[in-house]
Amino acid sequence: MLKAELRPREYHDSIVLMLASRRMLDVPGTESAMAAMATPLNLELMQEAGLWGSELEGAGPDDLVLAARGEQAAAAVAAGLSALTERAAARASGGQPPPRTVKTAARFLGGANLAVVSVPGEHATWASWDALAAGLNVFCFSDNVSVADEVLLKDEALRRGLLFMGPDCGTAIVDGVGLGFWNAVPQGRIGIVGASGTGIQQLSCLLAHQGVGISHAIGVGGRDLSPEVGGRMTREAIRRLDSDADTDLIVVVSKPASAELSARKPLVQALLAPGVDLTEVALRVGGGKLPDDPPPPRPDRVSGIFSGGTLRDEAALIWGQDPRFSAVDYGADEYTRGRPHPMIDNTIRLDAIRRAEGLIYLDVVLGRGAHPDPAAELAPALRGRTATVVLIGTAGDPQGLDRQRTAFEAAGARVYLSNSRAARALL
Amino acid sequence: MPIIGPIRAVAAGADLIAETVDAPRVSVEWRPPLRRLQPDPATDAANEIAVARLLAARPAWVGIGRALDLIPGMRADLLLHAGPPLRWEDASGPLRGALDGALRLEGRDSADLEPCHHHQAVGPMAGVISASMPVVVVADETSGQRAYSNLNEGLGKVLRYGANDEAVLDRLRWMAAELAPDLARALAAGPVDLTAINSKALQMGDELHNRHRAATSLLFRELAVRGLSGQSLKFVDSNDYFYLNLVMAAAKAACDAAADVARSSLVVAMARNGTEFGVRVSGLGDRWFTAPAPVPTGLFLGSYTQEDANPDIGDSAITETYGLGGFAMAAAPAIVQYVGGDVETARNATLEMYEITLAENPNHQVPALNFRGTPTGIDLRRVVETGIPPLINTGIAHRRAGVGQIGAGLTRAPIEPFLDAFRALNA
Repeated sequence: MLKAELRPREYHDSIVLMLASRRMLDVPGTESAMAAMATPLNLELMQEAGLWGSELEGAGPDDLVLAARGEQAAAAVAAGLSALTERAAARASGGQPPPRTVKTAARFLGGANLAVVSVPGEHATWASWDALAAGLNVFCFSDNVSVADEVLLKDEALRRGLLFMGPDCGTAIVDGVGLGFWNAVPQGRIGIVGASGTGIQQLSCLLAHQGVGISHAIGVGGRDLSPEVGGRMTREAIRRLDSDADTDLIVVVSKPASAELSARKPLVQALLAPGVDLTEVALRVGGGKLPDDPPPPRPDRVSGIFSGGTLRDEAALIWGQDPRFSAVDYGADEYTRGRPHPMIDNTIRLDAIRRAEGLIYLDVVLGRGAHPDPAAELAPALRGRTATVVLIGTAGDPQGLDRQRTAFEAAGARVYLSNSRAARALL
Repeated sequence: MPIIGPIRAVAAGADLIAETVDAPRVSVEWRPPLRRLQPDPATDAANEIAVARLLAARPAWVGIGRALDLIPGMRADLLLHAGPPLRWEDASGPLRGALDGALRLEGRDSADLEPCHHHQAVGPMAGVISASMPVVVVADETSGQRAYSNLNEGLGKVLRYGANDEAVLDRLRWMAAELAPDLARALAAGPVDLTAINSKALQMGDELHNRHRAATSLLFRELAVRGLSGQSLKFVDSNDYFYLNLVMAAAKAACDAAADVARSSLVVAMARNGTEFGVRVSGLGDRWFTAPAPVPTGLFLGSYTQEDANPDIGDSAITETYGLGGFAMAAAPAIVQYVGGDVETARNATLEMYEITLAENPNHQVPALNFRGTPTGIDLRRVVETGIPPLINTGIAHRRAGVGQIGAGLTRAPIEPFLDAFRALNA
């Protein structure tokens, strides 16, 4: 049985739609279900999944579509809709209409100083520009922003004396407030500037494991140190940390950069390249020790199934050209189109685990923004397999580092806190 | 020194990202724009100039005289009408009736048709102005820009609703022969400051499109002191709408002062001719962008119903273009039944218009909004971004000539002209 429903000009953001899709699949007897905006890509996915109904004829990108196939298809669609209405009801507040633009929202909240932009990439430049014009610093989680727009936005931010963190900025912790994907790490005196969200998370967690805290972590977007962007925001972030009384030392996390960087304070560059890894930097600036690692196995074959691009790159650099190792980043654009990021939803990596051969190597990122209990879904899939799990997180994270570790270890996995140590142990 | 300061965040996009921010936060009710928007600093700068002119306008009533003598380009064989250009055969009932009446008034068999707006003029409803009719002259004292409008005939059977019997024409003749010279004598004492009357009237419950009771009363006092003679003063007293044509001319002078700023996306005219709705934009010169005029909904007098309503007609939407009328609805609790019956709806109508405007007019303060200035200066780009069409308070004409006003209510501007103008601005 198939049930499909078209709701013209009703918009929900993609993450909410994915959660609604999950709620639909949770209805017993549902074989396949999807709630999505009717973009050509999503309609194609629905057709492939056998979710096409004549009700969806003529649907366009501004329209909401829901479809389910299974014994209780109608109930599944209803579950999806109620997931969406619950969220809408939670948002509606009081008599005043909610703000529809960044500009008016900034006026709603007196003293607003930051915009968190996570709209679809093609609209992120406009929303960010609006924020800068309203005098707001910007944390731009959205990806798919062109390099030209990135330069435009960063120049405008600098002209106005504001920070533009992004685009595709996953993580920041500024003035004690975490943005995006972040871990509960202690306050301290090390300032981080990061072109990589997971890089910032690994570094700040490894410092936390040594009892060392950070003052701020300022994300700048993955391309900031590219020749086109020229380190515009990295330099501004360094300048701000230089004049921050709470910061003694600055670490820059990035891929190898073309831009020259300098600071008045001690500056450590964690530029991912052969021989440089985040753990080595974390130990050097932290001056502490990490707990001992479990003894290494001797695999013939290693399947690296990553959710963090920087963590994949770090491991791949260690593994080099050795044909025994494969390393795939399931958080890359090609895997996340029309799907949630593997840090939020484990489905795609569960599929990859089922198909993988040899030792399974997983990075599991904890903290705010991430899946509420990754071990609950991933650990059972590892049972009976040889597995290495790198846990990026702290005791203070909502998922609980120890609870996650225990669950993975109970499934027979070796658990590490350092990605590079775990990767090197397999050589 | 903090990096940003105590974080207060505006979130636009995915809730799950916004929810990672543990700080005071307000969420934008974000929906995909109707068209993709790209920042354009040239348009931002042009809008700053254009809207500054709109806000700087100080319209005053400076004169009165014959249309043929005063209106630029006026000819004996020309009839002016409301809204964008149209042909005789496309005129709706009320406009046809008004045109026929004006021809008889002028003793002619035929005449050319041109919009009031093409002659620095505006007229309510049919907006028909012929050569012998008296017109008011309003000047923006800041820019020197002048605008013209006819005199309001009162309620009931009137030319502007298409009535054209002898009583209607006799009244028009009296207005030319007696009323206009009387008013001219009263004006000899100096200009009447319309900015001051607008400001006061908004604080006395007028929104200055559908309610002019306060403004007309204030004008009455002014004219009485200036010694306006008995019959003419009675005429002003008998018609709450007497002020309408003056505020329309004031708005027209202000909007024309803001016109013709290259690259500006500021809307400088919205007008309806009973068949089509038209929009002009500061950066797009004299071009009209049109769509079929919507049929207003609202409250109907006596036994009239929606079926009897003519499509929207009149230049009076120039008041909304200037931040009055529907945009000032929060100032006029006495007429909230037009917008659904409660004061909160009226207040929210004004609040919604802040989403699509560039500025707040400090001369047009609304007590119920804590003396916030009315939303002023429609930005085409915000209409496209939010999909919120301007709200217009309007009188409702019977679709048959001569029946007159059958109701009052509100309507939304059609969105297509804004999309077309947006495309033209980016061409």
